Amino acid sequence: MTKHAHAAPAPVGGRLLSPVTFVLGVLILAALAILAVRFVYGLGTVTNLNDGYPWGIWVVADVVIGSAFACGGFSVAMLVYIFNKGEYHPLVRPALLASLFGYTLAGVGVLFDLGRWWNFWHILAPGYASPNSVMFEVAACISLYIVVMWIEFSPTFFEKWGMKDARRKVNKAMFFFIALGTVLPMMHQSSLGSLLVVFGTQIHPLWQSIVLPLIFLISAITMGYAVVLFESCLAAAGYRRTIEMHLLTPLSKIMLGMLGVFLAVRFGDLIVRGALGYAFEGSVQAAMFWLETACFVAPFVLLRAQAARRNPARLFVAGALLMLGGVLLRINAFLVGYDTGEGWSYFPSVPEMLVTFGMFAIEILAYIVITRRFPVLPREDAVHGAH
Amino acid sequence: MVPSSNDHAGVATTARPIEKRLEMSRRSFMQFCATLATTLGLPKGAEAAVQQAMEAAKRPSVIWLHFQECTGCTESMLRAEHPTLEKLILDVISLDYHETLFAAAGHQVEAARNAAMAANKGKYLLVVEGAIPTRDGGVYCKVGNKTAIELTRECAEHAAAVIAIGSCASWGGMPSTDPNPTGAVGVNKIIDKPVVTIPGCPPNPYNFLATVVHFLTFGSLPPVDHLNRPLFAYSRLVHENCERRAHFDAGRFALQFGDDGHRKGYCLYKLGCKGPETYANCPTVLFGDAGAGTWPVGCGHPCIGCTEEGVGFTKPIHMLAKVKNVEPPAMYPGLHESQGQGATLGSAAVLAGVAGAAAGAGAVLARNLGKQHAEAEANTDKSEV
Repeated sequence: MTKHAHAAPAPVGGRLLSPVTFVLGVLILAALAILAVRFVYGLGTVTNLNDGYPWGIWVVADVVIGSAFACGGFSVAMLVYIFNKGEYHPLVRPALLASLFGYTLAGVGVLFDLGRWWNFWHILAPGYASPNSVMFEVAACISLYIVVMWIEFSPTFFEKWGMKDARRKVNKAMFFFIALGTVLPMMHQSSLGSLLVVFGTQIHPLWQSIVLPLIFLISAITMGYAVVLFESCLAAAGYRRTIEMHLLTPLSKIMLGMLGVFLAVRFGDLIVRGALGYAFEGSVQAAMFWLETACFVAPFVLLRAQAARRNPARLFVAGALLMLGGVLLRINAFLVGYDTGEGWSYFPSVPEMLVTFGMFAIEILAYIVITRRFPVLPREDAVHGAH
Repeated sequence: MVPSSNDHAGVATTARPIEKRLEMSRRSFMQFCATLATTLGLPKGAEAAVQQAMEAAKRPSVIWLHFQECTGCTESMLRAEHPTLEKLILDVISLDYHETLFAAAGHQVEAARNAAMAANKGKYLLVVEGAIPTRDGGVYCKVGNKTAIELTRECAEHAAAVIAIGSCASWGGMPSTDPNPTGAVGVNKIIDKPVVTIPGCPPNPYNFLATVVHFLTFGSLPPVDHLNRPLFAYSRLVHENCERRAHFDAGRFALQFGDDGHRKGYCLYKLGCKGPETYANCPTVLFGDAGAGTWPVGCGHPCIGCTEEGVGFTKPIHMLAKVKNVEPPAMYPGLHESQGQGATLGSAAVLAGVAGAAAGAGAVLARNLGKQHAEAEANTDKSEV
C-alpha cells in the first residue's frame, strides 16, 4: 500500500449549524420524544405491531437495512486490505464512518423493539445465552463488530486529539481488528438471512430459501459499494468538493461484478427451487418482487458503458437504485413476504416512521459533524493539486 | 419394616393377599395407596403406612345411616373405580349396616346393626348420610320405628368417630333450604361429639375414602377447619385451582350458555359460578375417574357451591358469586387481540411524501451532477481540440 501516495485526511471545516443540520436536529428530537412515550407507555402506544407481526420497521429498517447500509466500511476494507487494492484507501475512512454509526444505531435500535428491553443483556450473559440460536449469533457478532469498528476508526480521534502514542499502539494491533472486521459482518449479515430460514413456510417462496444467508451476504456486500458511490456523490455535492471519479469509476465496475454474482445466485436459486412461477401471480408479493428485481437490474442498464461509469450522475442514480433494491429485498423478505396467518396485517404508524427517520437523521448528522471536525475525508487542495 | 408383625396380622385377620381381595394388581394397589396419601396431603413415606394399614385389614366395623337424602352420596361412592368401592367397603372395612347395599331387610337388618354395635363398642365408625328432621319431634323420617334423631344419638354414643357424608348430613343441605318444612339440620346439631363433615352434592368419593383411610392408618380423623371439613380437601377455593382461572384474570367470560365465549371455554363467573366463594378440591380431584375436564365447571356448567352452607341450594344458580380472594379488576385487556390495521391514509401519505421528497432531492442532485459532468466533458473536449 505504501506505493500509493494519497492525500492525508483532514477536517472539512465550516459551520456546524445549517438548514440541513437544523432539520436533522428537529427530526432527532421528534424521534426521542416518541421513544420516551414508547419506553414509558409501551410498544402498543406508538407502533402498529401486533401478535402476528411482532417486528416492524424498527427491526427491518433500523437494524436489518441499517446494518446492510453500514456494510460500506466492511466492503471497502475487504477490498483494500484483503484484496490489497491500496488505491481505494482514501475511501476507507468515510465508509467506515458511515458504517460505525449505522451499526451502533442498529445495535441501539434493537432495544426499542424489545418488549422487555431491560432484559436485553440476557442474550449475551453466559447464564442466559443460547449458543444454538440464530438470534444469538446475530447479537454476538453485531455487538462484537461495533466494538471492533470503533477500534478501527479510533485513529481518526487519536489524530485529532494528538494522541500519537495511542495511535501507534493501536496501529500495531490493527491488522487483527481489520481481519475481525471482515469476518464478523460476513457472519451476521448471512445470519440475518438464516433468521428467516428458520421461519419456514411463514415466508413467501419467492424469498424463503436455504441459500437466503448467501443472498443476504452478497447483497449486503454489493450494497456496501453502492453506499460508497452514493455517499461520495452526496458528500461532494454537499461540501462542494471534487468527486473522486478516478476511484469511483473502477469501484462501480467491482460493484457490477458483485451484482452479477448476486443476480446469478438469486435467479439460479429461484429456478432450481421452481419458485419463479410465484413471480407471475397477480399478488402483492409478485409485484414487490419485480420492483425489487428492477432496482437490482437497473444499475446494469445505467452503467453498462465505460463512458456511463465516468458520469457521476449515473453512478449516483445506480448506487441509489441498488440500495433501494437491497432495502426492498429486506422489506419483502421480512414483512411483505411474511405471513403468520389469516387476518394479520401491518403497516408502520406515523410515530414508528418518525423514529426511523430520526435514526437515519442521527447517522447523517454524525457524519456531517465528524467530517467537518475530524480528519476523515481526503484533504481537498491536495486532491486539486494532483489534477 | 414390619414384616413379622405384618405376617402375624396377615395370618390372624386375612385369608388372602390384599391385591387378590381387591382384584387389582400389586402395582395398582400401591398406586392407590400413594394416591390416597397424596390426596390427604401426607408427607413422603406415608403411602407405606397407608399400605400397611390397609393390608393389616383390621376391618373396622362401619354403621351407615340414611336419613333425608337422595342416596346420591352412596351412588357416587359406588362409582369410584380405583378400586371399586364395593370391594373396598366389603374387604377393607366391615360394613355392618347400610340400608341401600344390604340384601337383608326389616328386623333382620336392625338386629345386625345392634349386634355389630355391641360387638365393636367404642371402635366402630358411624357414617351419616342425609339431613335430620327436627320439627314435630322428628317424625318426618323414621327407620325401624325410630326417628332419625333417636337413631343418630343411639349409634353415635359408642362410636369411635362420626363422619357426616354429603351436604345434607353436614349442614342440612337441600332439605334445609327455605322454608325448610321438616326443620332439617346436620348431624352436628343433634349430637355433642365432633363430626367430620364431607360436604358436597354428591361429595367426591375420594375425599370420603381418604378420610376413612386416615382413620385406618393413624387411628384418628384428619385435621379439619372451623366447619369440621377435612383441610386436605376443603382448604382451597374452587376458584384457586380452576382450569378456567386464566380466563377470569384476563376478563374473558361466557355471558350466555352456548355463546361464543362459552364454546371457547371462557370463565363462567358471569353465569353465576360459585367457585370464587366455595371451598372444595373439585378442580384437582375431578369426578367419575373419567380423566381431564370431568367436573361441573370443566363440562361448562357453573359451580353451584354445593359444599358451602349459605351458597349451595340457597343462592340462585345465576346469581353472581362473592369473590373471596381477589376482586375482579376494574379494567381488563381486550377480549380480542388486535390483528393490526393496514395502511391508514395518514401513514401512507407520510411515507409517500417522504419517498417523493427523497426521490425529488435525488433527481435534482443527479441533474446537477450530470450538468457538472457535461461541462467538464465539454471543457476537456475544448482543451483537447
